[in-house]
Amino acid sequence: MSAPLIFNIQKYSIHDGEGIRTTVFFKGCPLSCRWCHNPESQRWQKELMYYASRCTGCGACVAACPEKAVAFDPQSRTVTTDRALCRACGACTDACVHSAREAAGREYELRELVRELEKDRMFYEQSGGGITLSGGEALAQDMDYIEDLVRRLHGRGYSVDIDTCGHVPYEHIRRVLPYVDTFLYDIKLLDPEAHRRWTGVDNGLILENLKRLSGDGGKIDIRMPLVAGVNAEDAYIRDVIAFLRDNRIRVRRVCLLKYHDTGSGKYPQLGRPYEKDAMAVPDQDFLDRAAATFRENGFPNTQIGG
Amino acid sequence: MAEIRERGMNDRIRRLRKQSVETQPHIYIERAVLETEAYKMYEGKVSVPELRALTLKHIFSHKKLYIGDGELIVGEKGDYPQAAPTFPELCCHTLEDMHNMNDRKVVNFTVTDEDLKIQAEQIIPYWEDRSMRKKILDSMTDQWRDAYAAGIFTEFMEQRGPGHTVGSVKIYEKGYLDYQQDIQAALAKLDYMNDPEALDKRNQLNAMSIACDAIMILGKRYADLAREMAAECTDEQRKRELLQIAANCDVVPAHRPETFYQAIQTYWFTHLAVTTELNPWDAYSPGHFDQHLAPFYERDTEAGILTRDQALELMECLWVKFYNQPAPPKVGITLKESSTYTDFANINTGGVTPEGEDGVNEVSYIILDCMDEMKLVQPNSNVQISRKNPQRFLKRACEVAREGWGQPAFYNTEAIIQELMNAGKSLEDARKGGCSGCVETGAFGNEAYILQGYFNLPKIFELTLFNGVDPMTGKQLGPQTGDPRTFTTFDQLWDAYTKQIDYFLDIKVRGSNVIEGLYARYMPVPFLSILTNDCIARGKDYNAGGARYNTSVIQGVGTGTIADSLAAIKYNVYDHHNFTMDEILTAMEDDFQGHERILNLVRNRTPKYGNDDDYADGLMKKVFNYFLDDVCARPNMRGGMYRVDMLPTTCHVYFGDVMIASPNGRLAHKPVSEGISPEKGADTHGPTAVIRSCAKMDHLRTGGTLLNQKFTPEVVAGETGLDNMANLIRTYFNMDGHHIQFNVVGRKTLLAAQQHPEEYRDLIVRVAGYSDYFRNLDKPLQDEIIERTEQSFGAY
Repeated sequence: MSAPLIFNIQKYSIHDGEGIRTTVFFKGCPLSCRWCHNPESQRWQKELMYYASRCTGCGACVAACPEKAVAFDPQSRTVTTDRALCRACGACTDACVHSAREAAGREYELRELVRELEKDRMFYEQSGGGITLSGGEALAQDMDYIEDLVRRLHGRGYSVDIDTCGHVPYEHIRRVLPYVDTFLYDIKLLDPEAHRRWTGVDNGLILENLKRLSGDGGKIDIRMPLVAGVNAEDAYIRDVIAFLRDNRIRVRRVCLLKYHDTGSGKYPQLGRPYEKDAMAVPDQDFLDRAAATFRENGFPNTQIGG
Repeated sequence: MAEIRERGMNDRIRRLRKQSVETQPHIYIERAVLETEAYKMYEGKVSVPELRALTLKHIFSHKKLYIGDGELIVGEKGDYPQAAPTFPELCCHTLEDMHNMNDRKVVNFTVTDEDLKIQAEQIIPYWEDRSMRKKILDSMTDQWRDAYAAGIFTEFMEQRGPGHTVGSVKIYEKGYLDYQQDIQAALAKLDYMNDPEALDKRNQLNAMSIACDAIMILGKRYADLAREMAAECTDEQRKRELLQIAANCDVVPAHRPETFYQAIQTYWFTHLAVTTELNPWDAYSPGHFDQHLAPFYERDTEAGILTRDQALELMECLWVKFYNQPAPPKVGITLKESSTYTDFANINTGGVTPEGEDGVNEVSYIILDCMDEMKLVQPNSNVQISRKNPQRFLKRACEVAREGWGQPAFYNTEAIIQELMNAGKSLEDARKGGCSGCVETGAFGNEAYILQGYFNLPKIFELTLFNGVDPMTGKQLGPQTGDPRTFTTFDQLWDAYTKQIDYFLDIKVRGSNVIEGLYARYMPVPFLSILTNDCIARGKDYNAGGARYNTSVIQGVGTGTIADSLAAIKYNVYDHHNFTMDEILTAMEDDFQGHERILNLVRNRTPKYGNDDDYADGLMKKVFNYFLDDVCARPNMRGGMYRVDMLPTTCHVYFGDVMIASPNGRLAHKPVSEGISPEKGADTHGPTAVIRSCAKMDHLRTGGTLLNQKFTPEVVAGETGLDNMANLIRTYFNMDGHHIQFNVVGRKTLLAAQQHPEEYRDLIVRVAGYSDYFRNLDKPLQDEIIERTEQSFGAY
């Protein structure tokens, strides 16, 4: 395996753990949640992102593409890309003077990544922040790379959080456990069938890993995306509470993440459909009620938002 | 904006504030008339310092007084709020100037027919050949005049006096009768047997004593007026207030203040005297006002004669007083470099005491409450943040600042102290110091740190690229340092640029030395000299090197533009051969029209300052260090040295206007970058990267730097938002950053960002549980964020 692809390094990240953090978004995820607001995070390959609003239809990309994957329609003055042929090689992004075409995903050599993450050291130390590995799924990447990364960062005294979907071999979690500060652990649905329908995979491994992680002393923040039409229901909230209590999951904090469709614009950029109608933003009353229910049932440290 | 005009803690303040904000600034011609009378009486009969002091005395003896309804602090520079005196001894306005002031759309002043008549008949005939502006321009070389006209540098003293200095604790420790005793003692010590300057010193000290008389006359006249008004007043409460004003003015400024109330009143009389004596670019500042007032506050509250609310009310009355005084009208290039009514009175709340302890006290919080309530751009109310200051103080200041009006700005106490010590001040004097104007470091009460003018670093690079020719005019302004098309390495280009910098700095400094000499000779400021150590002891004027420390400051402008322009050429021409020198020069001349590929490369595919990228940041350091070393090696004519500030006021707009497009893709006539902030839209990695880039500059070697940060309200909302803001500030200050201020942007900016995303690439907004660049959002989402902006700052 080569170095993992990273599609974004977000500095001054203030909603992914404590303090001021830098969040590394790895590309590639074992889940394919239909509400995902970073759809460019899902696939393991580089992908071309196309910003139609910036495109003037000049045609430079057509000439630049070595795969002949780009076509220009003079009538509508728009450009289409045959994704089956596109290798996201970057020839058209270099040629585009309007920055309407960009490639998502680049490799970072480990030392280069560590150097980049250390830049904001003084902000981490002042604010009690650090580094968050997110994605995609950080723990589904080359684990030699990830373990080495996390060990080095931990060794230099930085707090490292991992935002994970949990659908990875437990061995991956175990390898990083000694060096991780907090796991931001997602629970999306409890019903295995519904989980498969909405995310593409069964949740058995996810829930099993959560129990083992808690048993092994991992520090856990539960993060729950709440989507109307999917899981924004009172019964589901009660079920999650019961699951956490029955399994004695030691939870430091619960974050209820309100679904938003801000990622919807990225689907057309990637040439993919977005199921807008299936999902909706949950109402505030529900969120307030859900937070109150958590707080009243043994999870006083519950918040709306990350 | 009705709501904004109604601010204030009670009806009195709301009324006074409303009057101040709604009154149109206008010319106050009486000062010029009285000054002309005084000069006609005394010029040639007394020494120059005495002439200046007698002029102040004449003005204060005869000017119209004003006590507004409900006022608790009294005294106006003019005869009504928003009345701006003119200073014909500095700049004798032509009738055309006066018409311009009246007619121009921004920073205008009403000029009446009567004003014009007086200007034509009395002022112009006497002053047109006597003004400092005339003397200065006559004394400059052709090279200086050409460079000045081309916008390579500006000249602060062309129509304003040296100054914008800051008061120390002295103001509250002594009355002007006490100063007269000090002056008498100095006169008695003069050594006529051995000191060839003894007579000059006598004249100077006599002048200071006359200046003490002048301010005491003003105080007595106000006491008399208040008593007269009280006698006629039928409202019992107002009568009592007027009698209290009279009683205060019986004590101050002749004697030292006894109460909190009198302390504020004595500051205000002092402020009026400094800014009436001359227009000291443009203001005088109370400096560590909280520390100076704290002993009075403690004594009065313990004695039961003052409540916190009363103290706040007096403070708010003073705020109105500051706002009542627009900066005197400017014209020409000086108007362009400082296009504002703001008088740059700057208050430094917080910091440390002279003993190095936490300087925050209850008055510090009263001042923050006052700022928050009043929301006036004048006084420029800022905070000094020391690592010793409580987090509560920093967070309260953040809370005020996040409301999105740029105040308070944050200054780094530890950096200020090191900057001052690096410039030769004692530790104690450094601790007493702070910032005035925008961000300029000075030893309050001990230093004449005189700003000389802005220096256009990107423009000089433009000249370098055209072999010393100004592409705007085709005129050969600089030396011929070679056609850059023939350069084969970046080092050759760099050498040419440094030769041009040397050349124009020589011109600038030569001019400044002459101008400082002219001020020393013709425009002494005996009143300001009383307040500045060690002018009395030395018998020397503030403008002639009488202060303990004497510094001349040149302000570098265009940090981001020059760093990115150097990077654009180094990266694309020499490192990667993306285009040739000829191609970029042609593109610049064509304003990048038809050169979209090159524009794309320099705008989007080249390392830029402000992203924590050593390539571009390294070039910023290179040019900064060169400029700083070049300036700081030079002595001035007052026994001190030249030093560097990195700030623009509004000069970055003017400096951009005199330029064609720059190599970094900045289009012709667009502003250059401001302060040490990155070029507009160049920083795309968030605030921590900007801060890291800016901190690579060695702030401690400067006399001040200016950094702006933009956020939308939601990014800094709630308790977490305050913590993040405070942490950004503390971290920047741990990195020795000098100053940071926050623009929390509203709807208008967001709408503009939607129209011109390329100019707002750095704008961060909170989306939904996370933050993102505004430009990265779809239009509907942008619309939604615009809709919800300008909401309150509740927990999020």
